[in-house]
Amino acid sequence: MALNIAVCIKSVPDPKWYEKITIDIKTKTITRKGIPSIINPVDKNALEAALQLKEQYGGKVTVLCMAPPGAKNELYEAMAMGADEAALLSDLAFAGADTLATSYTLAQGLNKLGKFDLVLTGTESADGATAQVPAQLAEWLKIPHLWNVKEFVLVTEQEIHAKVKMDDAVGEYVIQLPALLAVSREVNKPRYTTAMGVMKARKKTLTILSKNDLELNESLIGQVGSPTWSGDISIPSLARKGQELKGTPEEIVTQLITKLRAAGINPAKRREGDDK
Amino acid sequence: MKHQGIWVVAEQTVSGISRVSFELLAKARELKERGRVQAPVTAVLLGEKLDDYYSAKLKEAGAEAIILIDHPALRYFQNETYATVLKALAEQRQPSIILMGATAAGSDLAPTLGAKLRTGVSAHCVDMRLNEEGHLVAVVPAFGGKVLGDILCTNFRPQIATVRPGILGKVICYMNQECPIEQFDITEILAQDQGRVKAIGITYEEMKGVPLEEAELVVAGGFGIESKEIWQQLETLAAVLGGAVGCTRPPLDEGWAKECQMIGTSGKSVRPKVYIGMGISGATHHICGMKDAGLVISINKDEKSPIFDVSDIRITADAAAILPLLIEGLQKNEDDVIC
Repeated sequence: MALNIAVCIKSVPDPKWYEKITIDIKTKTITRKGIPSIINPVDKNALEAALQLKEQYGGKVTVLCMAPPGAKNELYEAMAMGADEAALLSDLAFAGADTLATSYTLAQGLNKLGKFDLVLTGTESADGATAQVPAQLAEWLKIPHLWNVKEFVLVTEQEIHAKVKMDDAVGEYVIQLPALLAVSREVNKPRYTTAMGVMKARKKTLTILSKNDLELNESLIGQVGSPTWSGDISIPSLARKGQELKGTPEEIVTQLITKLRAAGINPAKRREGDDK
Repeated sequence: MKHQGIWVVAEQTVSGISRVSFELLAKARELKERGRVQAPVTAVLLGEKLDDYYSAKLKEAGAEAIILIDHPALRYFQNETYATVLKALAEQRQPSIILMGATAAGSDLAPTLGAKLRTGVSAHCVDMRLNEEGHLVAVVPAFGGKVLGDILCTNFRPQIATVRPGILGKVICYMNQECPIEQFDITEILAQDQGRVKAIGITYEEMKGVPLEEAELVVAGGFGIESKEIWQQLETLAAVLGGAVGCTRPPLDEGWAKECQMIGTSGKSVRPKVYIGMGISGATHHICGMKDAGLVISINKDEKSPIFDVSDIRITADAAAILPLLIEGLQKNEDDVIC
């Protein structure tokens, strides 16, 4: 049983640099100048899951990304980790897309690349964090999906058994292939890139697909195909005045207990007190 | 425009209805009144065995009309089934706005429904309003809450938005009002369900102490909690104060804390009376989850930690040095009170 697996990844500004992000209130643009782009962290878990399946069952792993041309670096990194091929959907006409237009474009990209048994993504991106692309991509592909998957196993050639994170609970599902799974960080620990991997990646194929390479309904891509649009943006100020408590640890603790009492916080009643 | 009114898709939980459903109803009523919307605020509830308790609760929280969709197939959350049912209902009734909690289920259901209806979805809003033309303006965080942006969906209906539990905070109790209750039959819709995904069951995590979102006091620990022993002291402190324990990513990665304890944009939003942060430096995504707390107390070794900028009380110290003294001091005080 060989699996044909696609992994969709996003190129995002490195979250470690978020403090450096500034916005120009007048032009409503976000300045991310000098901030390096990386593979969205949880998308590496999706890729790792794909690589492990390939190692176990055989098959092929294709990585897809929609981004400006600079994202080639992220795709080479994915191939260095072990992906067999990569494709970059890159065209000015794709710019300004919201999740619906992005997922449509990704779906058309996948349809162009082949017939996949399994599509894997991360649950959400570090920058936009809407977590909406996986579900919408599955809708466009007309395949079932599960979101927030923390663990899964292939039980037969057509079926996956998955554990899904719910609120303070875990749901168990059986899903038929072809399917899309959006995985969370708990699913595995992504492997590191090796020097050998980097050398091999250079010989692998990276295809760049533009608007004309795909079968597209142009009213569904880019800004035109996006039902939502962005209005004003702002950086909220959350600053509080603050008072510093100083002294020895003992002195600090005494002051702190006074502050807690003043805020109406007292130690919880003792158990034996409750019993009476 | 034909589409009218605000819907709140409420969520059935193991113990009733999720609190965020009530928060959304209060917000929907506010939007309706401020925006002079005519149509009633409608609560839509999907689930199993939806007796009078559910409609009474929804009405009390502000629903002016209720649509119940009660079927054994809706016992567990199944996105495909839920989204298909909601699509049919929305196409038939044409609401202008659909609000959902950004719970695990809502975060998956909203974009699926959006794609099925070919309309826009604003994810994880922190606030919303209606503009002069009556369009929904959803305020959403990006870059871990560093930036807030308005999202609009002016040319498509319905406008869908999700809101994280606890963000709106307010639940209002409404008295004596008209509230027609309707049962929506889904037999025909279910007949078309392809059954490509089957829910087998759900396992609830064992809850220790007070739930994080409801606690009046939260003690949260981060990277600066350097060992499991110190983490346990932090848990003791929370227990002594009758509060809940929260965390940032590192204690979770260490296996000391659980996923449901994480505070931040990819976790929970809390607004306790008092928040005590220990060994937390204050990355934006964490701050986004605790910024609405009443009194913010921060203890961190590094005086340059960004958490100090958003704190009412700053303590530059190692949490490990403060914790045992604080626990001891509070317990001593407790004895004083009892004697």
